[in-house]
Amino acid sequence: MIAELGLSALWIAASLSLLQLVLGAFALRPGGAGLVPGIRPIALAQALCVGLAFAALILVFLRTDLSVALVVQNSHIAKPWLYKFAGAWGNHEGSMLLWVTILAVAGGAVALLERRLEERTLIATLAAQAAIALGFYAFLLFASNPFARLDPAPAEGQGLNPLLQDPGLAFHPPTLYLGYVGISIAFSFAVGALITRDVGPAFARAMRPWVLAAWIMLTIGITAGSYWAYYELGWGGWWFWDPVENASLMPWLAATALLHSVTVLATRGGLRAWTVMLAVVAFSMSMIGTFLVRSGILTSVHAFAVDPRRGAFILVLLALYIGGALALYAVRVATVREGSTFDPISREGALVANNLLLSTILGIVLVGTLYPLALEAASGEKLSIGPPYFNSTAGPLALLLVAVMAAGPLVRWRRDRAMAVVWRLSVPLAVGVVALALLLLFVPDLHILPLLGLVLAAGAAAASIAPLWKRNLRRTPLFTWGMVIAHLGISVSLAGMACDGAFTRERLIALPPGQSVDIGPYRVRFEAVDPVAGPNWTAIEATLVAERGGSTFTLHPQARTFSSPPTETSETAIATRIDGQLYTVLGRPDGHGRWQLRLWWKPFVTLIWLGGAMIAVGGFLSLIGRLRRRHPAVPDGAQR
Amino acid sequence: MRRLVLWLPLSLFALFLIMVAFGLRRPTDTAIRSHLVGTPIPAFALPPAVPGKPGLSSANLARGQPRIVNIFASWCVPCAAEAPQLMELARSGVPVDAIAIRDRPQDIQAFLARWGDPYARIGADANSSVQLALGSSGVPETFIIDGRGVIREQHIGEIRPEHVAQILGAYEAAR
Repeated sequence: MIAELGLSALWIAASLSLLQLVLGAFALRPGGAGLVPGIRPIALAQALCVGLAFAALILVFLRTDLSVALVVQNSHIAKPWLYKFAGAWGNHEGSMLLWVTILAVAGGAVALLERRLEERTLIATLAAQAAIALGFYAFLLFASNPFARLDPAPAEGQGLNPLLQDPGLAFHPPTLYLGYVGISIAFSFAVGALITRDVGPAFARAMRPWVLAAWIMLTIGITAGSYWAYYELGWGGWWFWDPVENASLMPWLAATALLHSVTVLATRGGLRAWTVMLAVVAFSMSMIGTFLVRSGILTSVHAFAVDPRRGAFILVLLALYIGGALALYAVRVATVREGSTFDPISREGALVANNLLLSTILGIVLVGTLYPLALEAASGEKLSIGPPYFNSTAGPLALLLVAVMAAGPLVRWRRDRAMAVVWRLSVPLAVGVVALALLLLFVPDLHILPLLGLVLAAGAAAASIAPLWKRNLRRTPLFTWGMVIAHLGISVSLAGMACDGAFTRERLIALPPGQSVDIGPYRVRFEAVDPVAGPNWTAIEATLVAERGGSTFTLHPQARTFSSPPTETSETAIATRIDGQLYTVLGRPDGHGRWQLRLWWKPFVTLIWLGGAMIAVGGFLSLIGRLRRRHPAVPDGAQR
Repeated sequence: MRRLVLWLPLSLFALFLIMVAFGLRRPTDTAIRSHLVGTPIPAFALPPAVPGKPGLSSANLARGQPRIVNIFASWCVPCAAEAPQLMELARSGVPVDAIAIRDRPQDIQAFLARWGDPYARIGADANSSVQLALGSSGVPETFIIDGRGVIREQHIGEIRPEHVAQILGAYEAAR
């Protein structure tokens, strides 16, 4: 009954999105103004209906309703409740329902909250959002029905992939999707503004909080996903340049560029065509990513069950939406008046450099992700592109980007003198030189990329807090604080990446219980292996005692065996200390009483995710700052 | 000119669409073929894997007659499944050698006793180095090597009954 209720809610939501699209189209025609008041409530009702459908799916999973095919394929009665709950989106159909739920909720939020956008543009925006939703509803209803029944119902489900049975599943997909799909708002805003020829500073100011909100969630989702992969997969790495990781990184790069170019448009009226392009590209990257993951065209740890028919369906949607938006862009953007001009050395100039670098990195990642596909289509040859390509191409550009980021906020709008900028950068430059000297002195054989990374991180950290220099900290606007913290977060994250790249120590050894091994500053004693049992798994658990400077602590890495479906996973044991992490994995026995142990000492690796969190917090402060600013309580004089 | 530039994003996107549409139509094939097919086998010399049967070296494989080299392991279930087909090939006069991957003598002996022994020589590849040198990515795989020591065919996965004729054909062609 609940499943049928969910399915009906989904059909109603689809019909409402069609209504929203048609009404919007008529409302924009001459004499259609009478239809306008109906549109916002329809968008809200649509969000409500799809929310209901999503709640229904959660409910059938929580109750393990084994007459629903999706539950049978992905759940099990003995599974802990958190994974029953989160398991609802740990599969293709459920995650696609989460996808459209966020799409509709984002549209509903715009209908409910957006007050600054010109009314006609808002109607066009909501119509565009409804058009996107309509296609993906059709995809769910015709090619991926999450509520399909199974008759007769089996006595037990097949269980959830054990790699997903981790609290990470409860946070990573929803936050990532909030950003990934939430950025659809920027796409719809751009399409709406192109339709009504309303690309200007007011439009940019209206769009900015939405872009910022989606970008924050995307940042959190990527950061959480990176940490999840780091501890769950047991490979010791935090980024693998996997096609699906790239699929989440590409919208983030585009959204980051958009966030900065929209500021130029909002403040100075410049970069109009470019900002609209980025808004289209950001969500296009999300849709292309969705296609790559779900069509089975690329192989990846994230890939869902392969079905070429689904791939063809999404491809048609891509052609319609992205092709339509780009065609509209080609036809309309020439009529967009370009805004005020600026000198190369100016805040705008720095932001353009930021945009060009981010776009180039985006291009590099896109080419690297698609190249194997293109090669196979052209010559039938197969290859895989990995870290060597991405690190050596995107790495130096990312470092350059950090340098621009350090200087940018210290440059004046419109026009500035080069010498004045260098003077303002003198302290960060000095910090960088000192860091370089110290590193060359104490770590002489450091590789060039980690070395540059650490030097830049130090300099950029100093530069990021420079905008607060000589300011009254209490009266500094919240969005300036946000920028400072986010930029500082980039430096912190970069420092973590460079430290991990330069100073990580790794040991892979076979050891009998009772013996010890040295790794980094630790001596790790392999005490024992014991069997342990969990709710739906059994495991072999090692007891490792790590000792440094007289103090000891115990680690328990496990090799787990799940019964449904039968799978083995390794549960890492990680000890976090102020100066790094000790990362341990238990491998297989060799049959002669020895066990494979894999140990890493990773100095300051946690800075990577701490930086990610700081970037998100900075974004959040900016968002609050921007939202509070439009409050009438703030006098006009406070605006710069 | 500027108007043409505006159509550039759409053209690039169209290119992407055409490319992935072709990719979708192509059946997914996840097998990884060795790039060494058509080239001489790399030089190697493996010790005997079981007592009483000689080991295998690259010199044994370039003696004027084509030979089949089966890459297997006693711990590999599909290897047991293909054993009858290898026996059939050996009975029809095809010389079959083997490389045992990360295996132990007593396990191999038990495997051969249970599933049959079609092999003239078995080399022990304790750390998969020869397997990797041959460009093989798993067990079982079967290579057909001609009389001059050139790899002529690579069969990935177990030899099912319907593959026997094809393997025999490839063996005849290599003569």
